[in-house]
Amino acid sequence: MADTADLSKGLPTNPEKATLEGKNKFLGMFVFLAGEVTMFATFFGTYLGLRDGTAGGPEPADLFQLPLVFIMTMILLTSSLTSVLAVYAMKKNQFQKLKLWMWVTFLLGVSFLSLEIYEFVEYYEHGLGYTSSAFASSFYTLVGLHGAHVLFGLGWILLLLLRYRGTGVTLSNAPKFYAFSLYWHFIDVVWVFIFTVVYLMGIGA
Amino acid sequence: MVSEATNTLKKSVFWDWMTTVDHKKIAILYLLAGTLFFLKAGLMAVIFRIQLIAPEMEFISGQTFNEFITMHGTLMLFLAVTPIFFAFMNFVVPLQIGARDVAFPFVNALGFWLFFLGGLLLSLSWFFGGAPDAGWTSYVPLASREFGGVGIDFYVLGLQISGFGTLVSGINFIVTIINMRAPGMTMMRLPLFCWTTLLTSILIVFAFTPLAAGLALLMLDRIFDAQFFIPGEGGNVVIWQHIFWIFGHPEVYILVLPAFGMISEVIPAFSKKRLFGYTSMVFAVLIIAFLSFMVWMHHMFTVGIGPIANSIFAISTMTIAVPTGIKIFNWLFTMWGGKLTFNTAMIFAASFVPTFVLGGVTGVMLAMAPVDHLYHDTYFVVAHFHYIIVGGIVLGIFAALFYWYPKMFGHKLNETLGMIMFWLFYIGFHLTFFIQHILGLVGMPRRVYTYLEGQGMDTMNFISTIGAFLMAVAVIILIINIVYSALKSEPVTVDDPWDARTLEWATHTPVPEYNFAQTPQVRSLDPVFYEKIHGNGKMKPAEPLDDIHMPSGSILPFFISLGLFIAGFGFISFHLDLFISPYVLIAIGGIVTFGSMGLRSMQTDHGYHISKETVEEMEKELS
Repeated sequence: MADTADLSKGLPTNPEKATLEGKNKFLGMFVFLAGEVTMFATFFGTYLGLRDGTAGGPEPADLFQLPLVFIMTMILLTSSLTSVLAVYAMKKNQFQKLKLWMWVTFLLGVSFLSLEIYEFVEYYEHGLGYTSSAFASSFYTLVGLHGAHVLFGLGWILLLLLRYRGTGVTLSNAPKFYAFSLYWHFIDVVWVFIFTVVYLMGIGA
Repeated sequence: MVSEATNTLKKSVFWDWMTTVDHKKIAILYLLAGTLFFLKAGLMAVIFRIQLIAPEMEFISGQTFNEFITMHGTLMLFLAVTPIFFAFMNFVVPLQIGARDVAFPFVNALGFWLFFLGGLLLSLSWFFGGAPDAGWTSYVPLASREFGGVGIDFYVLGLQISGFGTLVSGINFIVTIINMRAPGMTMMRLPLFCWTTLLTSILIVFAFTPLAAGLALLMLDRIFDAQFFIPGEGGNVVIWQHIFWIFGHPEVYILVLPAFGMISEVIPAFSKKRLFGYTSMVFAVLIIAFLSFMVWMHHMFTVGIGPIANSIFAISTMTIAVPTGIKIFNWLFTMWGGKLTFNTAMIFAASFVPTFVLGGVTGVMLAMAPVDHLYHDTYFVVAHFHYIIVGGIVLGIFAALFYWYPKMFGHKLNETLGMIMFWLFYIGFHLTFFIQHILGLVGMPRRVYTYLEGQGMDTMNFISTIGAFLMAVAVIILIINIVYSALKSEPVTVDDPWDARTLEWATHTPVPEYNFAQTPQVRSLDPVFYEKIHGNGKMKPAEPLDDIHMPSGSILPFFISLGLFIAGFGFISFHLDLFISPYVLIAIGGIVTFGSMGLRSMQTDHGYHISKETVEEMEKELS
């Protein structure tokens, strides 16, 4: 069980999985995300069960505006791409590029979150409060939980970028950047489902 | 107890245990905390059995009765049995796979403190307007903001926090078992206890997350006036039942699989035979784990989902009897023709088999959807699941306790007291619960605090309560045994006091903090037994003796959990009349938790090394 790797020939090709600690983090992150999938599935199920329960309040078709949601989707998908580029740079030991693409990811995440807050404020002004109806509660809970995940991810990458601003790619920080990118992809996938299940089905129905 | 000789770092005892990330010490913390909750929940059971000893008793009020049955179930499942299992998993699994520690020692400590402080938060409810009283299932609308008292808030947030702990521990065990195995320890050489730990952990990951979601929904409904479960506002109460049982049925297997694993360790050890049908045992657990997610609606046959859904879930439920039957026969065939030693551990393990069959048979009876309308919410159900939980899980825990006690604490438990305890417990158990099948069939509903005279229930309830007393006496004798053995028992100096088979018996007693001075090379299933027959009785090392890397202790797991405890109490205090604003408490808790997490992220901690010389010295001292 190697706690350290031979660095005499430079970084290994997969620095994120070169140590046992890195392998553990890699697998642990996947297991954690598997759990997250079932948790989100529960909230999706609840939303699907309750989306007709509008109790006379605003309905999905009255509220959702596809242009805004389209822009949000594009921003988040792009941020997933930039995090891939960052990991790609990490594997080639290009630390400046890694940092650059991670900062782009961070900024795209911030703009996504700002649009989501704007969206919620809009809905609130159209009369959809959190307690208006079962539809309102389940909508805000599902989409808000996703937003909370984005927020957590932003805090995470910010801490990583600040802490490792001058260290270069190392065997101890590579698994951390990699774990973050896994998490970020997961958030992206959840959003794809939200886009389909909440927005497209909400307007199309 | 892990003695001073096995420690290299000198710290005060208190600080050492608060900051420990050693899986063996965390195991003992889990065992102590789990036992405390077990005793508390058991005492509640004795008290409400006294209430039911005769018709129209007024020993406790109906309200107290409701609180006691709710807390009895909740504590036993979430805060007694689960942590006691985690104690054995933590202690035994790394030793059985030949690892120095778990994959994430810090997360391991975090799991313990989250569980413990979550349990404490739930227990605080007694001092703030009464415990939860809507049953351990907390069905809405009974538990909704309109009808449920503040106790339900404690239920929701306490379980949420301790559930996080269970979840992160589950992730930790999965990664440990997959990544940290010693050379030669292939998946199909894993001891069955490791297999069941792995599958239990997978079930935890997929079942505790829906629970977390469900508890969040109930919390939002109760504290922030969301409308999930309010039919008048478009909500739906059946959603809670679905979510709860999507968690709740796998939970049964989360609890019973480790017991299967324990039995599968104890029976071969005392039959002097390898486990019969190892491969079929592994596949049986895999199938059980898979099917456990396919059966949740059998808890809801009477809700009115419709005949098609009921039929599908009835059939999938009955299917589980097949892999379980395979396991039962394999245990019997392991004992068949073996050189049996009936000490306390073995007699608990052997008696598990017939008792568990009884619970399984009533399970198949309950799976028949049409007749379930007759059994539903009667004492028949109570009897059924106590045959699984007490007759299966608790007997398994006692077997494991007597079996692994010498490795954990350095001395055996007294056998005479153990045997007395076994017979009292076994007779008491059947006396309490067998008769409840019949009570259920004559129509006694569960969760009702009293009954009228002359309905044919008086004698049976009396007998049931007497049985509960016997079980209580048995547990008291166990406590006497623990104290007596700590004072009087001969210390165990050999590594392998039972002449057993698996890798944990290749470590020294007491186990040094690094477990194995050299990682062992595993050459077979039952590696220690293999080396006794084909080698010199010692494990072959897979690496040269060298400095050993150890993780550093940390107080941060405690503070991360403490922050959530404070924030959880803050959420509850929206319904309490406190001198301090809920927002202040939530803010303090959030700062403590996220601050500790940030601090952890900023730390560079490479752990420390035990030098080769120290290891050599310790090895000489211990052998």
